[in-house]
Amino acid sequence: MLFWTIVKVATKSLLANKLRSILAMLGIIIGVAAVISMLALGAGAQKRIVDRISSMGANLLIVRPGQRGRRGVRTGPVQTLTLNDAQALLEEVPAVEMIAPVVRGSGQFKYYNNNSQSVILGTSITYFPIRNFEVERGRAFTESEVERSARVAVLGATTVENLFENSDPFEETVKIKGVNFKVVGVLKAKGDQGWFNPDDQAIIPYTTAMKQLLGVDYLREIDLQAVEGADHAQVQAEASKVLRRRHRIQPEADDDFHIRNLVEMAQAASDVTQTFTILLGAVAGISLLVGGIGIMNIMLVTVTERTREIGIRKAIGARDRDILTQFLLEAIVMSGLGGLLGVLAGVGGAEAIANLSQFGTVINASSVVLALSVSAAVGIFFGFYPARRAALLDPIDALRYE
Amino acid sequence: MIIEVESMTKTYSLGGSTIRALDNVSFGVETGEKMAIMGPSGSGKSTLMHLLGCLDRPDSGRYVLDGKNVSRLSKNALAEVRNRKIGFVFQTFNLLPRITALENVELPLLYAGHREARGRAEEALGIVGLSDRVDHEPNQLSGGERQRVAVARAIVTDPAIILADEPTGNLDTKTGEEIMRLFQELNDQGRTIIVVTHDPEVATHCSRQIHIRDGQIKHSEQMPTGGG
Repeated sequence: MLFWTIVKVATKSLLANKLRSILAMLGIIIGVAAVISMLALGAGAQKRIVDRISSMGANLLIVRPGQRGRRGVRTGPVQTLTLNDAQALLEEVPAVEMIAPVVRGSGQFKYYNNNSQSVILGTSITYFPIRNFEVERGRAFTESEVERSARVAVLGATTVENLFENSDPFEETVKIKGVNFKVVGVLKAKGDQGWFNPDDQAIIPYTTAMKQLLGVDYLREIDLQAVEGADHAQVQAEASKVLRRRHRIQPEADDDFHIRNLVEMAQAASDVTQTFTILLGAVAGISLLVGGIGIMNIMLVTVTERTREIGIRKAIGARDRDILTQFLLEAIVMSGLGGLLGVLAGVGGAEAIANLSQFGTVINASSVVLALSVSAAVGIFFGFYPARRAALLDPIDALRYE
Repeated sequence: MIIEVESMTKTYSLGGSTIRALDNVSFGVETGEKMAIMGPSGSGKSTLMHLLGCLDRPDSGRYVLDGKNVSRLSKNALAEVRNRKIGFVFQTFNLLPRITALENVELPLLYAGHREARGRAEEALGIVGLSDRVDHEPNQLSGGERQRVAVARAIVTDPAIILADEPTGNLDTKTGEEIMRLFQELNDQGRTIIVVTHDPEVATHCSRQIHIRDGQIKHSEQMPTGGG
């Protein structure tokens, strides 16, 4: 087969000039490696966001008190959300399955000689399913404990580690802001989420938190869980209507609360990473382009060097198109080989990034295919001009070339 | 007649002036002939060889090769004629480096899209006496062996003519004579051979000599004994 002879000649001429071939391929190798590792980084970031959001609860909507702004000046959070608001949302919005009122503060935790400053979160028993918290040891508090403002706490894994070190916290008593609480359960760790560590907190009944510990009448947050398959935007609109009516807000006035919908948040976050990935990919693509120019340069040198060979081939009957195919194939072999090495380097690079930094990386088969086909396309594009030059050489001039 | 050349003219422009490299040349070659084209450098002998080898086209005149007028063919059609009808042997052997003797000989068949290239190439190398060198690359062969590979490559497509350009120019006398003997054997088998040379010694091996000077045939002589 002529085709295999050509591939063989191409490979041999690449091997005959090893250093030069590697230098020419380097641009492609770096380009492909950059594309693959950047796309892996982007896909990793995307996955992290999706994981984080699904760990917060799938059908979650969060109502928070708004900031009352006037002429661009924003004051602190206003106190607007009440337990009655929470109750009304549950009763009046049909698609709301569960609600959890939330108050939050922080304070000193004490167990014998160990101290820690952690978050105190007062809520109802529905908080655990809404926010996907699992109790690893012991139990969550009960409805009746909430009703009688019992001093019971479910601790996060980090808090347990800080206070109890290696001993068992179950049924032990901790002092939170000087008040004794019985530890009834320990939460399964979720992992630090950057701005906030859900494992370093004590979850206690909201009744206890509001009356005995924090002394507040207003809520910091109301978590809603919509029924499976509900239209989140619809739920958000209905909840907003209920709260505006209850807060007696005039039709043209702004809301004094915010409702955030996790699907929306996820969408926004993934749009950002998408843009970021495209930008990184574009920069990597430029190095692929530069790599292509490197290949074109070497192919031009090769064509000049092998002018005599081209003359011989033409003398024994090679048509212009045979010569064109040959040099194009050599360029493609070079860029294809560079692409393969680049894939290896890119996969290795992505692994290294994942191991050496907190960024996770995910390598998609599609990005490997993309990088390989782009590098082959680069070979065809940048190989075409030198190959055409070779094909159009005059056989007599080529044979005479020294 | 395997070759009929009628009033063939070729001019080149070189730095504004026109050079008449070949001026109204006519001659014919019989099938099975062994002919020498002679002349000093600058005589137009190379131009004639390029035209006979279909590497170039004449400005005017007619060139009929093996019953086909090839003087007005396209570049691709000329490549095909070179592939099928002409076997080249060059002074500097012109084998492709980095591939074996066998692959070199196969190459014209591969360009022709031939199916049993390997077998035919082995056969051709057998004819030139290099059956034991098929897997050697050109740089592992002596000058004489390289030229034999080149001859094998020239005959592998069973062409109408073998066109040799100073085939002994880069060889010592003894090896040169061996190559000329090989040509004689091929000629005895009925192949038409045209040798372009300025070496009278080489020309004496041929049955007919054409002398070129200033782009024209000065005289043509039939040698009494074909071969030496």
